[in-house]
Amino acid sequence: MNTNTILVALGAFLASAVEMVEALTIVLGVGVVRGWRAPLTGAAVAAVTLGALVAILGPALDSIPINALRLVVGALLLTFGLQWLRKAILRSSGFKALHDEDDAFREERERAAGAPHLKKAGLDWYAFTVAFKGVLLEGLEVVFIVVAFGSAQGELGLAILGAVAAFVLVAAAGLLAHKPLSRVPENTIKFAVGLLLTSFGCFWAAEGAGVDWPADEASLVAVIAFFGAVSFVLVRTLRRQRLVSAIAPVDA
Amino acid sequence: MRALGSFARFWWDFVVGDDWRIAAGIVVALGATWFLVDRGVDAWWLLPIAVALLLAGSLWREVDRRVEEPR
Repeated sequence: MNTNTILVALGAFLASAVEMVEALTIVLGVGVVRGWRAPLTGAAVAAVTLGALVAILGPALDSIPINALRLVVGALLLTFGLQWLRKAILRSSGFKALHDEDDAFREERERAAGAPHLKKAGLDWYAFTVAFKGVLLEGLEVVFIVVAFGSAQGELGLAILGAVAAFVLVAAAGLLAHKPLSRVPENTIKFAVGLLLTSFGCFWAAEGAGVDWPADEASLVAVIAFFGAVSFVLVRTLRRQRLVSAIAPVDA
Repeated sequence: MRALGSFARFWWDFVVGDDWRIAAGIVVALGATWFLVDRGVDAWWLLPIAVALLLAGSLWREVDRRVEEPR
């Protein structure tokens, strides 16, 4: 197992963990107010839908020639990863508010308490749909990352394993704690995931365009170090800029 | 038709996000990389540099926008 393979599993694990912590907050927020049956059913249906997406997309991408696949997947991953990295830098420099699971949990509970009680198919429809949509939307990012990482590196099984390990860990922690996992360093993990997505995307997209990296696969570590250094400089520069401008962080 | 528009908008927001210029810049940088490779230049350095500049440019625009917003 080489470094890149380990980084693929790590990237899938971290991205999945951070998205699942957010999904767990939604399910918990609805569940504590409206009961557990409907939100757990919604979450389970969403999980099955996401699993089916991976089962369909993974093998389908296997049939595409590796260079074309790396070009397209790399470009998409790069665009997607830069969104994560950009937000992470804005958060770290104080231009954007840090994500807080306790706040998200309180807001979810307030919304759940105020929503009408409507029964469909024997379920509290509000609780079912909120949990379903929450898990599906957070999970779509996981599916995208797992399928992109796994197919471009030829290690789909390992990427799925990383995501499943994160799911088991977060679900077990949520079950034990029975409250949002606000002590998970989400903002730091999002920074690391943004860095990995951007670096893998850049590495694969360039390979797909025909580039021969100077140290082959080992160049990926240098690409990660390069974007890590760039991000560090940007955070430091923006922090100074914020102090000069005296701007408060905003949520959006 | 409206559903199709919402579907397209969802995927646009999902992949491209807040700043379309980053996506456009990546396409241009990849095209330039392919062009140079096709002419015998192993331009492995082009995409990382372009991405760093695109990221910095996008952050600067965002910060400028926030500085200029009335408080």
